[in-house]
Amino acid sequence: MAYEVKEEGNISTVYLNGEIDMDVTEKAKEVILPLVEAKKEVHLNLKDVQYMDSSGISVLIESHQKALEVGTVVKLKEISKSVLKVIMMAKLEQVLNLD
Amino acid sequence: MDISESKDFPVHTKSLKEVRDFARAIFDQSPIFNNQKDELVLAIAEAAQNIVKHAYKDVTETKDIMQIKISFKDNELTIGFYDKGKPVNKENIKHRKLDDIKPGGLGTFFIQQIMDEVVFKEATGWHNHLVLTKNFTAQ
Repeated sequence: MAYEVKEEGNISTVYLNGEIDMDVTEKAKEVILPLVEAKKEVHLNLKDVQYMDSSGISVLIESHQKALEVGTVVKLKEISKSVLKVIMMAKLEQVLNLD
Repeated sequence: MDISESKDFPVHTKSLKEVRDFARAIFDQSPIFNNQKDELVLAIAEAAQNIVKHAYKDVTETKDIMQIKISFKDNELTIGFYDKGKPVNKENIKHRKLDDIKPGGLGTFFIQQIMDEVVFKEATGWHNHLVLTKNFTAQ
C-alpha cells in the first residue's frame, strides 16, 4: 500500500493506492487516525485501491467512529468498484460517508 | 475442466498477498469463475487471515506453514485450509451482528456470504482443516 496526503484548508485528502489487507492496516491507521484526531475533515480517496478485505473495512469503521467521537467527518471519495463491493457486502453503505 | 492445486505459505500476514495471487492465478484458468473471482479471492484471503490472526494468536514468530488446496471437479469448487495452530473451537466461530458497527468480525461473515458451505474437518497431521465449498452447477 502506498499513500499520499494532500492538505487544503481543514481538509486532508489521503490518496490510498494498492491492496489493503491485514499486513498494512497498522500503516493505514497511522496515516489516517492522527488526521482525524487533529479534527481535520478527512477524505479517503479510494480510486486506486484494487483490493480491500475485512481488515481494511475495519480501518474505515474505526476512522469513521473516531471522527464522530471528536466531532469531524471521514468521507470516502472515488471508491473503486472492488472496494464498493466489499463495503456493500458488509452493509456499510448507509453507515460510512460515501461520496 | 478439473483443477487440483495446493501451495504452502508461511504463517504470516506478509503471505496474504501471495495467497491472493495463488488464488487469482487459479481462477484465471476458467471463465466459469469470471463473475465471482474477486469474491472467491476475498473468501480465501479471509480464511488465511483467520489462521494468522486466530489460530496463531499471540504467536509473534513461527516457522509453521499453512497449506491451501483448491480443487474444482464436477462443477464444485472445494478449498481446503490446513494449519498447525491452536485447535479451533467451532463454537466460537461467529461473525458479529452486522448492526453492531465496530471494527473486526467481518471476515467470517464474508466467507459465509460468498461460499455455500464452511465446515471444519479432521485431517491427519494438521490441527485445523477448514473446507469451503461452492457449487457452480446453476451458474
